[in-house]
Amino acid sequence: MNRFVLPLLILAALSVAFVIGLGRDPTAIPSPLLSQPMPAFELDSLTEPTRKVSEKALLGEPSLVNVWGSWCFNCAVEHDFLMKLSREKTIPIFGLNWNDELPAARQWLLDRGDPYVFSAFDVEGRVAIDLGVYGAPETFLLDANGVIVHKHIGPLDAVVWSRDFLPRLQELAKR
Amino acid sequence: MRLFSYSLLVFLLALFSVPAMAIDTERAFEDDVLQARYKQLVAEVRCLTCQNQSIKDSNAPLAVDLREVVREQIAAGKTDREILAFLQARYGDFALYRPPFSARSALLWLSPLILLLIGGYAVFGVVRRRAGMDVMADGE
Repeated sequence: MNRFVLPLLILAALSVAFVIGLGRDPTAIPSPLLSQPMPAFELDSLTEPTRKVSEKALLGEPSLVNVWGSWCFNCAVEHDFLMKLSREKTIPIFGLNWNDELPAARQWLLDRGDPYVFSAFDVEGRVAIDLGVYGAPETFLLDANGVIVHKHIGPLDAVVWSRDFLPRLQELAKR
Repeated sequence: MRLFSYSLLVFLLALFSVPAMAIDTERAFEDDVLQARYKQLVAEVRCLTCQNQSIKDSNAPLAVDLREVVREQIAAGKTDREILAFLQARYGDFALYRPPFSARSALLWLSPLILLLIGGYAVFGVVRRRAGMDVMADGE
């Protein structure tokens, strides 16, 4: 009897482990940057190449930092939602244009509209590495002091916004 | 005869050749010691966009950028430990193929030992049972 019980128990334990493992998203990697300040940067503005932009522009009120590229499929998916946030003046959105080509990136904004206060042109991807970015789009919620409160990987939409961003924004407003 | 031996040679070469991927083929450093460190480090860092490869094995844009970061930091005189810590601070333990021992990674690090103990226990059981049978056989 005993020789059947033990293997069955092991099988049961493995089944539980596998079910938990299957339900997990292997691409959802927790960011060590939460509660850390936005990394310092100084980059060219995508739309005004003579202008330098830095993390100091992000201070003063909560903001979003959205990592995008014209090569990025899911950035096109979320773009309409970003435009809506921008139109309704919900929160200032700063773009980090990642590993892109200048003409393609500019054309993207001309074609689809520009929801960003500015987009920093991170052609070498250094600021993206400082932010621990590994796939676009990624969106960071910053508080008024420029501290990273939340990171979302993948396209933003109304569901994600009301579930992950709105409660945190309300929390920030209370402080 | 010569045609035959050449043909055989080409045939064997084709048979045993594996596709070689031209990834990061240029040397990062002239210096052999630095180059060796570079090669070892890029094999230790996971390509986060292509999770089951190291940045050594991938030409994903992020892997290319991360290799460049590793190269620059070696050139700037950073130690291996400092370079890995730099990446860990940004991408977490996940970026390292040998993550530090912690509560989260304990099972990962200890599983070989646990499996060895289970296997040892099983072998011990089998040996003891066999030994018991021998004793019985002798007793008969």
